[in-house]
Amino acid sequence: MITTNAQLQEVYVWQLPVRIFHWVNALCIVVLCVTGFVIGDPPAIMHATQPEENYWFGWVRLAHFIAAFVFMTNFIVRIYWMFAGNMFARWNNYIPLTKRQWRGIFETVKVDVLLLTPKPIYDIGHNSLAALTYSGVFVLMAIQSLTGLGMFYASSDSIVAPAFVNGLQSVGGFFPVRYVHHVLMWAFVLFMVVHVYLVFYHDYIERNGVASSIIGGWKFIDRRLVRLYRKRLFLERRKREMKKGK
Amino acid sequence: MEKIKEKSLYDELVSKGISRRDFLKFCTIMGGFFGLQQSGIAQIVEAFENKPKKHVLWYHFQECTCCSESFLRASHPIVEQILLEMISLDYTDTLMAAAGKQAEDVRRKALEEYYGKYIMVVEGAIPTGNPGYCTIAGEDALSLFEEGAKGAEAIIAWGNCASAGCIQAAYPNPTGARPVHKLFSGKPIINVQGCPPIADVMAGVITYIVTFGRLPELDNAGRPSNFYARRVHDSCYRRPAYDAGLFVQSFDDENAKKGYCLYYMGCKGPNTYNSCAIIKWNEGVSYPIQSGHGCIGCSESGFWDYKPMYRHLSNIHGIGIESTADKIGGILTGVAVGGIAAHAAATNIIKHKLIKNRMDDISLNVEEYERDKELSEKGNSCGISDDNSLTDGKQLK
Repeated sequence: MITTNAQLQEVYVWQLPVRIFHWVNALCIVVLCVTGFVIGDPPAIMHATQPEENYWFGWVRLAHFIAAFVFMTNFIVRIYWMFAGNMFARWNNYIPLTKRQWRGIFETVKVDVLLLTPKPIYDIGHNSLAALTYSGVFVLMAIQSLTGLGMFYASSDSIVAPAFVNGLQSVGGFFPVRYVHHVLMWAFVLFMVVHVYLVFYHDYIERNGVASSIIGGWKFIDRRLVRLYRKRLFLERRKREMKKGK
Repeated sequence: MEKIKEKSLYDELVSKGISRRDFLKFCTIMGGFFGLQQSGIAQIVEAFENKPKKHVLWYHFQECTCCSESFLRASHPIVEQILLEMISLDYTDTLMAAAGKQAEDVRRKALEEYYGKYIMVVEGAIPTGNPGYCTIAGEDALSLFEEGAKGAEAIIAWGNCASAGCIQAAYPNPTGARPVHKLFSGKPIINVQGCPPIADVMAGVITYIVTFGRLPELDNAGRPSNFYARRVHDSCYRRPAYDAGLFVQSFDDENAKKGYCLYYMGCKGPNTYNSCAIIKWNEGVSYPIQSGHGCIGCSESGFWDYKPMYRHLSNIHGIGIESTADKIGGILTGVAVGGIAAHAAATNIIKHKLIKNRMDDISLNVEEYERDKELSEKGNSCGISDDNSLTDGKQLK
């Protein structure tokens, strides 16, 4: 589609809350993974000293807990923004309900994963496969939050603690919950590696400024594609109005 | 048999030569376990003095009898007495004097006579595979259990076997062993967890039932909250070493001698709800962590499946050699990085044209140069300087 003399147009894709969510989330995940590793398998950096002189493991755990609460708050704000944000941030991006999204998923697998055809495909927001992956990540985030809270509240006297401890015990206690919490951490590590690579890849192939878009919010899109999107949005809106009119 | 007036526990204890002073001491200890006020202790005393003893049928299925051993070896004189005397133990196949037909007759008689009133105590898991895996007097465990459970007022599951299946139900569970609560519902079931449970806890549960005539408050795993509301970790005397990051690295190192935290050695205290660190074992002498060995989590369901005992993170079943999540995660990440490298290389080869065609150095773009040259020969200035919109209409020099 895009040729060397394509007419590019700036499109404001990622709104400020989306960008803030992205970077806070990235920072939290890094902190949570690192501190989580240390908590799961503590290095023997201290010896020949007395407990009352140190608290480093306590601080590591505190960092994990603070990062976790920031992570969860951030996640809740993002969920709100799925209903309040622009069309690229909305919830329906993440659930493939339409034929167009499924076609997009297969196309992306064909063009970008298996490299079966050399031409790139273009979307303005997330491509459909990426969006589906993110909804998987959202589910993982929810599971990590719940298992984490279950374990955190075991040694807390907060008013919400009994609910979480009861939940923890009805799913089999600490053993399975701790295990799930640790194994799913690796899913985040894998996601990070692949996610960063794919940003580089798309930035290189499609030249739409996807890497910088998560800093400034702007992408560079072929005018014809923007027109196509406008037309689609127009038709969808018209359809809704017609239905209401009936 | 001639009907006699049913004796209370206190009568029984007095006839056994236990002084009132010792009796009151015991009641006070039990009151402490339940967190009762001082007035509540009188309630225990009164219950023991007046209430007739509870009828109990004690079944042994797939187990090692360590639960029975635990309280038989309790050094507090009354704890053992209480378990055996506070209740009217009508049937217990390992301890009763009668054997064979006589023992089974007693059981059948008790089942009929006290229908709906007796407490069924189960020690051991129940196999659901081949009925021949566990039989008593020719009857299989499952039908014995169902027969007993039908007429019980309540069921006490003693120990991890009856509460969660313990080692019998561990992977791959060849006998199809199942705990009580998975085979029967509709009657109150109390899981007195542990492998074995602490003797004082066992006595405490019975005392509570006799005193108040109901089961104690249970947590979501069916365990009495009085004894299983706190983690071993949260009540551990080595907890300060944990917070300070002071860990034993091997069982014979300097840190072990100093009494550092055993978390690194796979202590399951952070996973385990039990009162070992508070009540302790053998009349408060010690408990595993105090003796230098990590907690193995014996009061949690499925603890055998989260091996190895000396590492914190469990192995993953079913992936050939035993592997931990960290190893597999590391390998997957390596594979992902390798895949990415391959993908990047493939991209540059397969999408070569697409990439190349836009990477030309504009000063060396022959096609455009030829076009511009043609235009200038025709008298037009070349296409580049025609568009002045970027330079506010000024000509480029």
